[in-house]
Amino acid sequence: MLGSALIVFREVLEAALIVAIVMGATRGVAGRGRWVAGGIAGGVLGAVIVAVFAGSISDAVEGRGQELLNASILLAAVAMLAWHNIWMSAHGRALATQMKKVGHDVSAGARPLSALALVTLFAVLREGSETVLFLYSLAASGSQGPALATGALLGLAAGAALGVFLYRGLLAIPIGHFFTFTGWLVLLLAAGLAANAAGYLNQAGLVPALSQQLWDSSGLLNQQSLPGTLLHILVGYNDRPMGIQLLFYVITLIVIWGLMYLVGRSHGRPATA
Amino acid sequence: MKARSISLGLLALLAVGAALPAQAADAAYTLVISGHRFEPRELTVPAGQRVKLIIDNRDASAEEFESHDLRREKIIPGNTKATVWVGPLPAGEYRFFGEFHGDTAQGKLIAK
Repeated sequence: MLGSALIVFREVLEAALIVAIVMGATRGVAGRGRWVAGGIAGGVLGAVIVAVFAGSISDAVEGRGQELLNASILLAAVAMLAWHNIWMSAHGRALATQMKKVGHDVSAGARPLSALALVTLFAVLREGSETVLFLYSLAASGSQGPALATGALLGLAAGAALGVFLYRGLLAIPIGHFFTFTGWLVLLLAAGLAANAAGYLNQAGLVPALSQQLWDSSGLLNQQSLPGTLLHILVGYNDRPMGIQLLFYVITLIVIWGLMYLVGRSHGRPATA
Repeated sequence: MKARSISLGLLALLAVGAALPAQAADAAYTLVISGHRFEPRELTVPAGQRVKLIIDNRDASAEEFESHDLRREKIIPGNTKATVWVGPLPAGEYRFFGEFHGDTAQGKLIAK
């Protein structure tokens, strides 16, 4: 039971933290709860579909289907996060000023909610399909139903609790700095997801590793430990990265930040992050 | 901008084209998963070249082949085979495991 709780926890955690960041980044938008809930529901549905077709996906594209699907989902999420941040660098400051003035959240009209709902959907889809396969695999190999269900629920609850904890922490940030902070968080999240995508593309044989292992900091901070896992999800920490992963990370940072800077400047003030 | 994205696309195609024939010539090694265990538990492969691992999951349930040392993770549905390319590896030992049954599914790759 504890074993299954731990694995479900690890899978749920990434999706939960991403949902927390999305909830933070959409602070002040009317109807965001519905969009995010829709993203989660769509993700769960997608996860079940992906799990059911796992065999055909795995066989597709000369056995690279799974890697290509993972890389595509990750890169699509990166694009949506980038779009959000670039939009915010044009409108974020006005939004924060307005929220400060009225002292509570305001309906800010056309924020790129659909982009962040998709980010939620992608995160739940990716992590959820593994969870479904894992639980199905345990059930098929004769694990006891009640113990399995308890374990899965415990893992789900623990992962979701950490997500809520992160969201509460974000809300403690003063509103004047809030969108600057979530902007950085979204930027680093996007860079980390791009580095993960590079790992899958290398596994599919589509990009070279450039270096199998740039460094080994697993002695300092093991990526499998809880702090290591949290940093891996939030800012893309990797204790033994390949060269291509660092390259994807840095290029994503530079491209998104550069576009944010340009868009922010054309709106007559420095970029928000 | 457009010319650049086209040339980038061509570059990517060239890279894929260059990678494919090289893979076809490499030797394949098979790992069987049965009863949530790897067989063989220790597999010796040549160092310094790309190696094709065929993972044959003979259990009815899915398994996730995972290795932090090799930086690989791949889900293999029940009663299917999957291919995982690794390397070129420096000589050494690389641990791998089945994430869904980590208590029994353990093994290592030895590159010589």
